[in-house]
Order: sequence, then structure tokens, then C-alpha cells
Amino acid sequence: MSDLKVTPLRPRTQSEGASTGAVVAEERDERDRIDPAELRDEHAQRQQEQQKQIEEIDRETLLRMLYQMILIRRFEEKAAEAYTLGKIGGFCHLYIGQEAVAVGTLSALRPDDYVLTSYRDHGHALVMGISPDKVMAELFGRAGGCSAGKGGSMHLFDADKHFLGGHGIVGGQIPLATGVAYATKYRGTDQATLCFFGEAAVNQGAFHESLNMAQLWKLPCVYICENNQYGMGTSLKRAMSLSDVSQKACGYGMTSEFVDGMDVLAVRAATERALERARKEYLPSLIEIRTYRFMGHSMSDPGHYRTRAEIEHYQERDPIKVFGDNLREKGVLDDAGLKEIEARVREEVERAVKFAEASPEPAPDELYTDIYATPIKK
Amino acid sequence: MATQVVMPKLSPTMEEGQLSRWLKKEGDKVGVGEPLAEIDTDKATMEAQALATGVLRKILVPAGETVPLGAIIAIIGEPDEDISALISEASSGAAQAGKKERTEEATEGRAYGAPDELASVVPEGQRTQATIEGQPIKGDVGDTANTSSQAVATNAVKEQKEQPAPQAQTSGAGAGGNGQSAQGGRLVVSPIAARMAAEAGINLHDLKGSGPGGRIVKRDIEAAMSGAAAQPAAAQTQAPAEQSQPTQLRAVPSASANLGVAPYREETVTTMRATIARRLVTSLGPVPHIFLTTEIEMDRAAEVRRQLNELDPDSKVSINDLIIKVAAVALMQHPAVNSSYQDKAVRFYERADIGVAVALENGLITPVVRSANTKSVGQISREVKELAERARARKLAPDEYTGATFSISNLGMFGIDEFTAIINPPEAAILAVGAMTPRPVVRDGQVVVRQLMRVTLSCDHRVVDGATGARFLQTLKKILENPLYLIA
Amino acid sequence: MAVITMREALNQAMREEMQRDESVFLMGEEVAAYQGAYKVSKGLLEEFGDKRVVDSPITELGFAGLGVGAAMVGLRPIIEFMTFNFSILATDQIINSAAKMRYMSGGQFKVPIVFRGPNGSAFQVSSQHSQALESWYSHFPGLKVVMPSTPADAKGLLKSAIRDDDPVIFLEQERMYGNKGEVPDGSDFLVPLGKADVKREGKDATIVARSLMVPFALKAAAELEKQGVSVEVIDPRTIRPLDIETIINSVKKTNRVVVAEESHAFCGVGAEISAQIMEHAFDYLDAPVKRLSGVDAPMPYAKNLERLALPDVERIVKAVREVAYLDEEG
Repeated sequence: MSDLKVTPLRPRTQSEGASTGAVVAEERDERDRIDPAELRDEHAQRQQEQQKQIEEIDRETLLRMLYQMILIRRFEEKAAEAYTLGKIGGFCHLYIGQEAVAVGTLSALRPDDYVLTSYRDHGHALVMGISPDKVMAELFGRAGGCSAGKGGSMHLFDADKHFLGGHGIVGGQIPLATGVAYATKYRGTDQATLCFFGEAAVNQGAFHESLNMAQLWKLPCVYICENNQYGMGTSLKRAMSLSDVSQKACGYGMTSEFVDGMDVLAVRAATERALERARKEYLPSLIEIRTYRFMGHSMSDPGHYRTRAEIEHYQERDPIKVFGDNLREKGVLDDAGLKEIEARVREEVERAVKFAEASPEPAPDELYTDIYATPIKK
Repeated sequence: MATQVVMPKLSPTMEEGQLSRWLKKEGDKVGVGEPLAEIDTDKATMEAQALATGVLRKILVPAGETVPLGAIIAIIGEPDEDISALISEASSGAAQAGKKERTEEATEGRAYGAPDELASVVPEGQRTQATIEGQPIKGDVGDTANTSSQAVATNAVKEQKEQPAPQAQTSGAGAGGNGQSAQGGRLVVSPIAARMAAEAGINLHDLKGSGPGGRIVKRDIEAAMSGAAAQPAAAQTQAPAEQSQPTQLRAVPSASANLGVAPYREETVTTMRATIARRLVTSLGPVPHIFLTTEIEMDRAAEVRRQLNELDPDSKVSINDLIIKVAAVALMQHPAVNSSYQDKAVRFYERADIGVAVALENGLITPVVRSANTKSVGQISREVKELAERARARKLAPDEYTGATFSISNLGMFGIDEFTAIINPPEAAILAVGAMTPRPVVRDGQVVVRQLMRVTLSCDHRVVDGATGARFLQTLKKILENPLYLIA
Repeated sequence: MAVITMREALNQAMREEMQRDESVFLMGEEVAAYQGAYKVSKGLLEEFGDKRVVDSPITELGFAGLGVGAAMVGLRPIIEFMTFNFSILATDQIINSAAKMRYMSGGQFKVPIVFRGPNGSAFQVSSQHSQALESWYSHFPGLKVVMPSTPADAKGLLKSAIRDDDPVIFLEQERMYGNKGEVPDGSDFLVPLGKADVKREGKDATIVARSLMVPFALKAAAELEKQGVSVEVIDPRTIRPLDIETIINSVKKTNRVVVAEESHAFCGVGAEISAQIMEHAFDYLDAPVKRLSGVDAPMPYAKNLERLALPDVERIVKAVREVAYLDEEG
């Protein structure tokens, strides 16, 4: 455990959330739910640091990050609308509320790094540079989609952007990402792999098997747990015995930390630390990013398991608002600037819908293509 | 700019939604993501969220109403904006829009394939239910494939063995010949053998199969082609004359002539007959009845009865006894009416065992007068009386009231002029006899009074067609109207 | 041509392909320091080092998925399952990831990976260690499934599998690792995937056999020859893609078929072959296709029961005589 560098922002003992016997679930939830007020205090505490960070990050990058967060938000709102109109089928998992996670982490990446995530993948795809046109077309099931209409909402891919997919089986992408990191180390490059998953995936064997191998073989993979506190309708507390996800890394001697997922700069900073470990020492890390999804699990989620009040509570710390306010304070952003960003985003999203609508359905022959790289001759 | 709020699709399988409750009222401010209304979908009650910011200007669908996906349910806009155009658009085209949307969705669903597939993973999805409804698999599913397939094979072989083998049949009751092919039975032949035979112009009916259950296999065709082993059918079958005779008698021990089942001959049901049978059953229940009524002049019959009773003062021959006798005689002339429809054959009984309906205090029983065709009226009369007495005393043995070949029900004593009776399966017909009453009729241009009696024959249409039954009634009428025919 | 064991042939195939292509590496339980649970990877650690010959923890789901991820970005992993019974733990990664990645990404990724190891029965290791899983993996489009029966096929097919750009399930047989046979010299020797092999020609009946059943079928054919029955033995070698054409051509010639297999009959590969014969050669059949499969019960431990659980030479002979209508009906 010598290289263990757990650097919690807010130390949290295990016993704090632990309980035995049949405790009423709601009661537990209340006690253990992350208190936004508490986070707000923490946030204030970090204002100083962040001012410094903002100064260090160039203005262009900061505005691009804000732009990307707003793009995700508006894109998802549009996707929700298209879903309600029946233009998007199947499952549709929205990223609204979690924008700071994708933007904060991915803004720290190099273009040659790799990214894999779960089925809640629209945000990551957009930040990875897949055009909203191709993402929306994929949601619409069109030939112009980034997976040619064969993957859909849960399976966005772009080989050129090193975006290795949204994956539909909870935790399924974690061993894959470990393998990608294995390959980069095998080749001796300093590329890193970012692997995103929800907190519910932490209970899968795939998570534990992967962390063990990654630390054992020192693979440059950054495991990012987007802890939005609910696996579908089941709260973290009702599903996980030790609910402090970041502590899971201790079992594998891996470095870990947790950060406020509503604070895009904190997320970015944590990711930068993990990336440095990955590039310089081939070491994996686990980052738990505490966030909240403002929408249901998917479009067909009635949301009865949490209260409107709880959602509003978190919306007070809407990551876009938090970041926007920061930028204003620092003088990077003004009303006109924000309006300009909103206008650009709206235009881009509208264009994406138009593109998707205009894109043809996949040709019937496509049913049988791309099954094999070396097709079986008939 | 004002926005239309549509009935949102809130689940993969949703087609329409019921607006269960508005959470905002007209004039309320709304923001993106704020709940607007509660919608009952096919899955749950869900919140419809606002997708635009502004004021809820107009509610177009009141709570409680169900509208299709995509129908405009409200308008959100700026407080002072003119939304009249949108309202009129909505009111004129709401339903239409909804319909269009649904069609579009259905088409898209087909094209993408996704909604259907997804529906199958939704626990309450209708399609899921459809796939699990269906006939339960009978038997042990866990049964070994190997042994079960062996079992099937064994059964198949067994069935084939249980079928009378061609030889057994020919050496048995007489006629028959090459059973399987000549009698239209299933020809068992392997696919390659069938193809080779067709190519070589070999008639498979001329071959005897050497495979299991007589299956004609490749080597049989090869042998036939080389003219060696396989024998032409003629060499194996019996005399063609016998073969062409469609009927065969089952040997009946003569001692039991008056007991048990009447001796019968069977004729294979023709395809037409089977079709008629099947169709009629489906139209009218298990036994399709037809009813034929005729009126019989009974003056002479009544005279004969009177004379008979004069001859023997002890005897009390009734008109019904006479009818039994006449019916039995007529049945011998019309075997189809004295028959029984079996599943694959029609049984034609060789004697007339007449069931005579006897009313009991709380029911009905039909004791059987065996071989009524060969018995005298006096004999029949005595037997009926004796049987009826014992029937009322509930002392009949089962074989005394079962196994009739034809039945007669007489309600004349109750003053019934005419009625229809229900056939007693497996008999083919029943005669319903009404009261004999004096009525004016025209004879030779004169109005005269005659004793008239109406009878109705109920026939099992599967074996007795209208004309067949009518001919039987003609004979019955002829004899009853002139009983001398009994001794003619 | 050298006569070597199947174990040596597989070893040669991996060695040659690892020499040929730097991106090929072997990972699995006990493949390195232990030299392989069945010694198939003997000497590879010494030659290629621990970067390319990697002992994995017992973590089948994990290293199967790791292999798929590495393959997505260009490596050519050989993932060894100590036996395929343990691959059951990894089916999520094999079926949900490896088989689907190319399709779901609209053709952007290929997954050049080989999952290999022994499949089917061993001797007296009971139910959990004696399963033949080819029908599982053959069921899914996106996977290729290979089952060699001779050292030459094992070598040529494994080399082709490693060079193939798709995920390949390579099913060996523990009981056959010591079987010897001639193997062509030279590292260019390849056996293409998707090509059946006529192991013996005949005209009266066809036995379709794979893996362990091929030597059984050949023995049965020799026995039947003494009885005057000429039997053709076809080894499909790859189940996916299945070379049904070669099988159909044989059926057209012999008109009678016995499918011999170690796996259970129900929903099995034999059922698929029978169905395809029915679909493509119905008019050529002189008898129903006869399947001879592992019994519909888990594998027992007791020696006598174990023997009863699998098709043997005697039963294959009997089945051929049955489809050829040579025995009186019992």
C-alpha cells in the first residue's frame, strides 16, 4: 500500500454510512445522501484554488468547456423532445445534470487517448468531437449516424476520435478499457484510457476483476465512476454495502479520490492528476465523481423513487450555472458572451436534427454487413 | 416564439396517453424540465415535462382525456404573444396530427426494427405476453432428446407394426390386396427413392418396401430398375376381383344372432362422405339432424290390428307394435337408415334392432326389440309389453336397452300430432310417431274421413341424405297403408 | 512431414505466429511460468518473455474482456481458457462485446482475437469440467468457431484463426492433445477457416463428425468396411462458418447420414447440420438423418456411466447400419 495516495477532498469514514439490520430505506437514504449544502461549503472552500486554475487555463479552453456543457444540455433536451415525438426509439438515457463530468474529464485529454463509457454516452460522444449531426442521426437510427444506425443511443462509436463506444451491459466496458490500456502499454506509448461507468457498475464483477488486473499489471487506465446516486431507481445506499466508491480502490492498492461532479474544474483537475500517473508511471486510478442526473434513468422512467424537492435541491448547483457564475466572476464571460454561446448551440442542435431527419435510413442490405471483418462467403 | 406541447412518447411501447392531471394551469410560468402534467401511459403514470420556457398559455386537452402520441395538448409562449393561429391549427388538426405521427412511428418502427425488439424486454409489454401465451408444451421438456427421439422412432415403428401388414390383411378376411397402396393408405418412401422412381418411371405402388414399416428405400428402386428383387404388386396381391369388391363381411357366430351387437358390414367412408360428415358436424353439432315428415293413412293398419286382436283375444297388439314391425321391414330395404356413422366407416346393420322409447316417471329409456324384422307382430307386441313393464320397474339389464340400430318414439297417446325426436347415437335415425286422428281428406274427388298419422324421421345426415330418408318413409308409408305387403 | 502431437502442433502455431507478428500475445491462467495447464504453451514464456506470454489471475470475465479491448485497438490476443467450462464466466465479454462490436459500431472496429482451450469431456472429471460448448458459441453471428481433429488441422487452423480479423472460438479437446499425426513443414502452412475436410471417402453412408468424434468415426468406418459398408467421414473443422456444401455433396452421393458429436443433441450443432441437410438435400435422403450425441444428462463421474454418456465406435457402427437399413428391425 506504499503507493496508495488517497486524497479525499472531504474525508468520510466508513462507519458514517454504515448500518446494520433492516433500516428503513428512506431513512438511510436521507442520512447518506450527499448533502448539496455540504458540497456548497466545500465548493466555497475551493474557490480560491479554482480562481488560480481559471487563471492557468486559457480563456479559449474555458469558454469551449462552457460551450460543450451547454451543447450537451441543449442536445439532450432536443433528444428528449425527439423521443417524445417518436423519432428516437428504444432506450434513451439522458446526461442532463452530469455535464461537468464529461466536459471536465475529457477536456484534460489528448486526442490520442482512448475513451469508453456506458450507455449514457451522448455527452461523452459530443465532447470527444463527434459532430452533433452524427450523434443525432444515430439516435434517429439513420445511415448518417456515427454507428451507421446500427448502434443507437447506447452504442455510439467513432474510431477516428478514439471513442470506443457506449456499451449496453452494465460494467461491460470496464474490462474492455483495461484491455485498451493494456495495448497502449504493450506498445510503449504514453496514451491513457478513460473508462466511465455509473456507480451501480461498481457492484459488477467486471469492475473488480478489471481494477485488480490494472493495478497488478500497472495499466494506464483511469476509471471514472460517475456516481449519480441511482442505478435506475435503486439508490446507492440500497445496493452497496460500502457506499464510498472511492474506497473500493483500497482493495486493489490503487490510487483513488473523489470529487464534486458539479464543479467542472475540480473534475478536470482530478483527471489531470490521474492522467499524469497514467502517462508517467503506467498507473491506474479510480476517480469517483459525485454528480446527479436531473432527468429519469431513461425516457420511460416515471421517477417515483425520488422527490421533486431532491431534484430541485441539486438543481440549485446546476453545473452549468456554477461554472458560468465562476467565469462571470472572473470576467471571462458576460451576458453577451453567454447569449452568443447559447445561440451557437441552438443553431448546432437545430442543424443536427435537420441532418438526422434528412439522413436516409440504412439500406436493407446493411442488415448483413459489418458482422465479420472477413465475411463468410456464401 | 410560442411552442406546441404534444402528447409525449414516454415509453417504447406507448401509442396514446391519458392526461390524468395538469400540474400547471393556464398563465403559470414554466421552465424547461418542469413537470407540466401527469400522463397515464401503458406502463405507469409519468410526468410530462416542459421542453420550452415561458407561460402555459393554453391547455387544449383537459384532464381525463386520452389522445394519441403527438397530439397537441397545450401551448407555451410569451405572456403577450398571439397564439390564436396555433390554437386554431391545434383544434383543426390535433387528431389528424396524432394519427399521422402514429403511422409514421409504425413505419419507422418497422424500418429500424428497434421498438419491437425492445418491447420484448419490457416486462409488461404486450408482445412479450403474446410470445408466452400459446399452447403449453406437453410432456416432459427435459426429456432427453436422444431417448425421446428414440421413443418417437420406436412409436412410429410400433404404429407401423400395429397397422395390419399387407399380407396379414390379404390372408385374413378375404379381400384387400396390397393394403397400403391399393386401399389408398399412406405410401412410405424415402425422398431419394421417390425421386429415383419418378425419374425411372417406376410406379411406387408396384413395389414392396424393404425398409422399416415397409418404407420403400433406395435399394428397392435399384432392384426394380435392375428387374431383380422387388416384385410387382400383382405377384403379391390376391384375386383382383376380390380386391375391387368394396365390402367385406365380418364373420359372426350364428349362435349369438339375437344377442349383443348386431352383425354388420362396413364400407369405407368415401372422401365425399367424410367431407359431408365433417362439414355438417361443424354446422350443427356432433350429429347433424335432418327431419322428414309424412302423413300416413292408417285405416287399414287399424283394421289389421283389430283383426289380429280378434284372432287372439289374449293379445293386445297396439298400432305401435305394428309400426315397429313395419319399420323393421322397411329398414331391411333401406340399409342406410339402419346404419351407424363410425369415424372412418359406416356400419350397415344386418338386422333391425328397434329401440322403443318408453316414458318413465322421470326419464326415458329405450328397450330394444332385437331382430324385429324377423319377428311376428304378436311376438313384438309381447316383447314390448314385457320390456316396458320391466323398464318401469327398473329391471332392465344393460344389454336390453343398448345397441339398437333404430329407434321409435311414439307420443300419440299424449295427443301429439307431430314432433321431432333426437337421434340416439350411434344410430342413424329415429322415427317420431304422432297421434292417429280421423281427418277429412280428398280421395277420388270425394271428401272422406280417414285415420291419419304423422311420422317424422330424424336422420343423421352424415349417413342418411334427405332422399334416402324419404325413400325409407315411402316404404314405411306404403306398408302401413297396405299391411298386406308384409306378407307379399 | 514430421509426425507430432496435437499439443506440439498448437504450440508451433502460436510460436510461429508470435514470431511473425509482434501484436500477437498469449494470456491465460498458467500459460507462462507453469508452461500451460496442458503444456500447450510450453517454452513460449522463455522465447517471448512475460510481456507477450502473460499469466492471468483467475478472472475469466476480466481477461476475456481485456483481450477484446486490446484487439479493438490493434493487438491480436490469444486468450487461453484452461478449459472452456470456465469460459462460461466470460460469456458476457465474448457474446456481448466480441461478437457485437463490429456490428454495433457500424463496421468501425474489428476484433482479431482467439479464445482457445480444451472443450468437451476429459476423463472422470464429472459434470462441470466435461462440457462441449460449441453450440453456444456457434449460435451467435459475429463469432467464428473452429474444432480441429488432427495435429495438422490444429496447426493450420490455429494459424489462420490468429491471422483472422474476427473473434474466433478455437475448441481443442483435452483427450486429443497427445494424438499424433503428420504435419506439413514450414511456417506457411495454413488451413482456411470455413472449409470442411473429407477424412475418408465412401459411398454408402456419410458420418459428419468433429473434434473427438472424428477418430471414432474413422474407426467405425474401418469396421464397417469389413462388413462391406463404404463410409465417408466428413469433418467440418469450422462450425461457423459451416461448409455445408461439402456435407451436402456427400449426402447427394451416399443418401444416408449419421452426425456424431460429443455435445448434447438438444439445440445442438448436430441439429443444425440435420436441419440444413433437410433444407438443402431433402430429395437425396434415403433415411432420416441420425444424430448420435452425448446423452441428455450432465456428465457423471463413474467410469462406467461416463462411458455410456458419449457416442463410441460401436454405437456409430450401429447407427450407420441403421440408416443403411442393414439390420432387421428389432
